[in-house]
Amino acid sequence: MTTNPFDADRPPEPPRGGRRRRNGGGGGRRRDESLMVPDVEFESYYGRNIVKAPPWKEEIPIYLFLGGLAAGSGLVGAGGSARNLPALRRRGRIAALLAVALGGGALAKDLGRPDRALNMMRTMKLTSPMSVGSWILSGFGAFAGAAVAAEVGRELPNQQGLMARTLRVVDPPAAIGSALFAPPLAAYTAVLLSDTAAPTWHESYRELPFVFVGSANAAAAGLALVMSPTDQNGPARAMAASGAALELGAFEVMRRNMDPLVAEPLHEGKAGRLLRLAEILTGAGALGAVLLGRNRVGAGLSGLALMAGSALTRFGVFEAGMESAKDPKYTVQPQRERLERRRADGVTDDSITTIR
Amino acid sequence: MGYLDRQLSGPTDPIADAAWEEPRKRKGFFTDTSICIGCKACEVACKEWNALPQDGDLNLLGSSYDNTGSLGASTWRHVAFIEQTSDRIEQARESGRRLVDLGMPVMRPSEPSAPLVEAGIGPSPAAPGIDSAELGIGSSGPGGAGAAVGLGGDYEAAVAQANTAAATGTIPDFRWLMASDVCKHCTHAGCLDVCPTGALFRTEFGTVVVQPDVCNGCGYCVAACPFGVIDRREGDKTVTNHGNAQKCTLCYDRLLDDQTPACAKACPTTSIKFGDLDEMVATAQERVDTLRDNGFTEARLYGANAQDGVGGTGSVFLLLDEPEVYGLPPDPRVPTADLPDMFRKAGIAGLTMLAMAAASFLGRRR
Repeated sequence: MTTNPFDADRPPEPPRGGRRRRNGGGGGRRRDESLMVPDVEFESYYGRNIVKAPPWKEEIPIYLFLGGLAAGSGLVGAGGSARNLPALRRRGRIAALLAVALGGGALAKDLGRPDRALNMMRTMKLTSPMSVGSWILSGFGAFAGAAVAAEVGRELPNQQGLMARTLRVVDPPAAIGSALFAPPLAAYTAVLLSDTAAPTWHESYRELPFVFVGSANAAAAGLALVMSPTDQNGPARAMAASGAALELGAFEVMRRNMDPLVAEPLHEGKAGRLLRLAEILTGAGALGAVLLGRNRVGAGLSGLALMAGSALTRFGVFEAGMESAKDPKYTVQPQRERLERRRADGVTDDSITTIR
Repeated sequence: MGYLDRQLSGPTDPIADAAWEEPRKRKGFFTDTSICIGCKACEVACKEWNALPQDGDLNLLGSSYDNTGSLGASTWRHVAFIEQTSDRIEQARESGRRLVDLGMPVMRPSEPSAPLVEAGIGPSPAAPGIDSAELGIGSSGPGGAGAAVGLGGDYEAAVAQANTAAATGTIPDFRWLMASDVCKHCTHAGCLDVCPTGALFRTEFGTVVVQPDVCNGCGYCVAACPFGVIDRREGDKTVTNHGNAQKCTLCYDRLLDDQTPACAKACPTTSIKFGDLDEMVATAQERVDTLRDNGFTEARLYGANAQDGVGGTGSVFLLLDEPEVYGLPPDPRVPTADLPDMFRKAGIAGLTMLAMAAASFLGRRR
């Protein structure tokens, strides 16, 4: 922070255009510049952010959750199909279609110009995770739709009719397509967040895909536990346990591997609270699924906990990244440190600051 | 290096990479903050020419004379004001000196410095701050030659004083840094890389421009810019291009008619220079040499290195302190540089997910 004696003549900092006040949720966190003096190593321009947080609202974390839920449910549906577990097959397929449709709707709603949502299909661009993701989402949506259509076909009164026969042919490809598009759908959202300048998102790129796919499996298994009869929920219980374990494990590794400062938004403030709660719910849900999964009520409660845990993980990670973009220290300090590290190693030709 | 290897990081020619059939020379800015007087003519000219709507609520921000805040959807030039006392100036000078100690490529062997008076606007050795305090002027430095003229006639004495100050390296009590920030038009532009609709494109001048009629306002470019330049324009239907990402176009419309961008045209001190990028870099290097030769070791260039994290920028700056003091990132890196690795990790994660689900179903049926 640039501070000098002249600052004493200045009125106290006004809330900065209301732009970043609301976040962090505390009226008690007044930041008077004069109080920042001891923080000498960290410079910024009046404490303003350097990188910008994207203009994304809660639709985005909702989509992160629904996309994961859809992907996991696609796998549940496909697995149910392969192993002839009709309850899991049907519920998985319907959940996948509903979640992917709602998720897509949330994405479109968040656009600055929702009327131009289809411009996403204008190009196919490998450097843009959002472009790649739009195609993954469309592909998954198509197969999820076909799978539900096949499910409807099984209920048609005339099973010898053209419609029912056509839909029986569609069934296996729909199952395979849903299964193949599910993993990219669950994983790409992590790349989407990481391919940004928001420090906490970017620095988590090695582990975040694992957190997200684990979270997707846990959420979908949770939904299956809530919806399915206990005599068919065995696979869902196993999937809940392994998904939750992957989510929690990958998250722990991520926190340890990240630079402590960049990981700070994951521990503090609103994001920290959300993520702590997510951890408890996911852990409890997984434990419940394993121990009480054969009981209808136990399975239902465990499933709800798993879904809530997954949703909170997404909201927490989203919030942490937004916070890391809004405070310049998360941008300046790690960059300064890596620059100094490179300089100490004798690498001096790749700095943006030169004297020549 | 193959074509693909150059696309996400490292030095390259973005115009050729974009496969323009009739490429033009890459254009760019050189913003010399040492002669910026903070008049904000660039901000105004930019707003006028590009018909940018009001940004914010006309607040007083309490940050010196900067009531604009930052670059944004409706602010494509932003003048920063920083007030510094002598200890801060000493720090800036020291940090600039360190750049030499680090063995960075040093400038050509120093020539005998030009006498102060003859310096004029260009390489003005009456630079950063040194003269002003000695002369008792409240202004910052590099406009010093001009400031000295305003000293009520005692011009000779003032020049002598300034020369002494420059020779002895005296630090003034106070200086005022002013810098006009703008889109960097990066060689590897994060915003352009991540744009899912193709609304952002690379022009034949090597600049990066948004097509507002294509952009659907997804906001991804906002998060991907390592400099925090581009933003989405909020507002209702009465606002031009509402809901679209917007940023400096380097006056693409003017460039097509061989005109200078509005900000550079309006700049009264030539602090903002516009031209072929290679010439801009050469001018910047000459200027930083002159300043450093005259003892102003705080002078440094920002964005003139094609080896940096964004492959070099289309806007070069001469700064008088560390970049973060001006609100610029000290070591920006385009996020897409890591994209292949990110996709690899995501691929492994996806396979893990598939395997785990398969294992759950294979294991048992009940």
